[in-house]
Amino acid sequence: MAAMVVGALRRGRATGGGSRFFAQSLHRFVSTLVVAEHEGGFVKPSSLSALAAAEAIGKENRVSLLLGGSGPALHKAAEHAASSHPLVSEVLVADSDAFAHPLAEPWAELLRSVQQRGGYSHVIASSTSFGKNLLPRAAALLDVSPVTDVTSISEPRVFVRPIYAGNALCTVRYTGEDPCMMSIRSTSFSPTDAMSETKVAPITQVDLSFLSEGSLGKSAWVNLKSQDTERPDLANASVVVTGGRGLKSADNFKLLEQLAEKLGAAVGATRAAVDAGFVPNELQVGQTGKIVAPELYMAFGVSGAIQHLAGMRDSKVIVAVNKDADAPIFQVADYGIVADLFEVLDELLKKLPDKK
Amino acid sequence: MKILVAVKRVVDYAVKVRVRPDLTGVETANVKMSMNPFCEIAVEEALRLREAGAAAEVVAATIGPAQSADTLRTALAMGADRAVHVLHNPDPARPLLPLAVAKILRAVALRENPGLVILGKQAIDDDCNQTGQMLAGLLNWPQGTFASKVILDKEKAIVEREVDGGIETICLDLPAVITTDLRLNQPRYATLPNIMKAKSKVIKKVTPEDLNVDIRSDMEVVQVTEPPKRKAGVILSSVDDLLDKLKNEAHVL
Repeated sequence: MAAMVVGALRRGRATGGGSRFFAQSLHRFVSTLVVAEHEGGFVKPSSLSALAAAEAIGKENRVSLLLGGSGPALHKAAEHAASSHPLVSEVLVADSDAFAHPLAEPWAELLRSVQQRGGYSHVIASSTSFGKNLLPRAAALLDVSPVTDVTSISEPRVFVRPIYAGNALCTVRYTGEDPCMMSIRSTSFSPTDAMSETKVAPITQVDLSFLSEGSLGKSAWVNLKSQDTERPDLANASVVVTGGRGLKSADNFKLLEQLAEKLGAAVGATRAAVDAGFVPNELQVGQTGKIVAPELYMAFGVSGAIQHLAGMRDSKVIVAVNKDADAPIFQVADYGIVADLFEVLDELLKKLPDKK
Repeated sequence: MKILVAVKRVVDYAVKVRVRPDLTGVETANVKMSMNPFCEIAVEEALRLREAGAAAEVVAATIGPAQSADTLRTALAMGADRAVHVLHNPDPARPLLPLAVAKILRAVALRENPGLVILGKQAIDDDCNQTGQMLAGLLNWPQGTFASKVILDKEKAIVEREVDGGIETICLDLPAVITTDLRLNQPRYATLPNIMKAKSKVIKKVTPEDLNVDIRSDMEVVQVTEPPKRKAGVILSSVDDLLDKLKNEAHVL
């Protein structure tokens, strides 16, 4: 332990008052591993939010960013990662076919191995389906309890997270061993736009010798059926238009799509609309679907069930159109119109200029 | 093959929860409790696999205080064959964490030796979405999380998963751990005769100590608060009004 402290001092990360309790002072040497996702040669926006969370843990945070996959897109993403945030001091690249697909089994072994070598105080992933699948498994391998869906960081080990579908906020203190692992809600941490042109972190290959020892190969990736869409990604869109049961049919959803087209918006849906087969399930907004927090959220024919509000209550401006004046959605809406949604949609489509 | 299903007793999904005045948690006394909806889906899926001949026995397990036996009775009334109740009285300041639950379930799984464990993808009270993944990690079994379709094929499970970009299909070697998404199935209602029959089915009671599981907690609840209230909105009478407000007041258009 003493050697670790000396090492940390040599790296110039220790400052001030040495009179504190030993273990506590150790905790001030913050170093974070961010597990990042990439697509098309770039680090995904949700992972850039995880870097913002790393900054919220400590301004002196020494961040290593872990990327996995194979091929040229991985290495292009690594270059993007290297200059993605001033706190990034190292990009770790795991180049292997084992990580070409987001399978939890090899990824959790990778995370364990990288953590055991790096001894990070914190590990952060974003609360995407990838992060939610991977992080708890890796945490179990490391025998620590992770914190899910962190929305705010008040101290390096004190976090706020929503419980009961966002109807209560729970502040927790992590009291366990290192690393303190968490998934963050990306809509709660805005990534810094400014790329540090001058600072480019070194890119290092991860030692993958653990792959041969582990009992991997118990799972295999078969395929991914994705919904092709030219619209912005639902989780990161600045405008979201959502339809509920009130839309009545899949055909009517096309009206919403036209509106989305005009606003440069993403289309969302309630569980009722998904269950009725109007739209595919990855458009579901709510406790069990996507969590969004756009600048503008427009809900058409949405009653506002607790589980749906959980997914959109942090939107900046909420507009609700519903013919039921008592619908709970009006309690959270900034602007409401009590009217037939089809008439309102028609009028909006006529009056809005084409594509902003 | 045997299927183990983990179920949790939670505040009913339709209840509007209230935060306790002392900020130690939400009010759970005199509140309607039910089986976690994702756990119902897990029970239903296990029953369907048994009915399809892919499994011989369905065992339900829960961890919690004496009242949690109600949740096991519900699983038995739906059609589970028998149940295991791991008795644990929670401390509000140090609630049982998914890691401890996963360790207890591992111990149960090692005793029961199932070919498949099915859990819900998350409990609607703590919203953690961790236990299934942790159990799979501890057992070193493969995991199929957020499942919307499960096909068992001798020593393999084909699982369709709901992921951010669409539907992903993976193939797992058994034994495996699967967690259910909402669209996996529509859980059945327990009929009165089945509720009566469930009363004579066996619930085996054990303690974490019996299972040699240490349930230390590495998380402390500092406080639980109400989320910030949104300021009251206005009802507008026309689309023109709306467009005007969005442009000139909210500045979002």
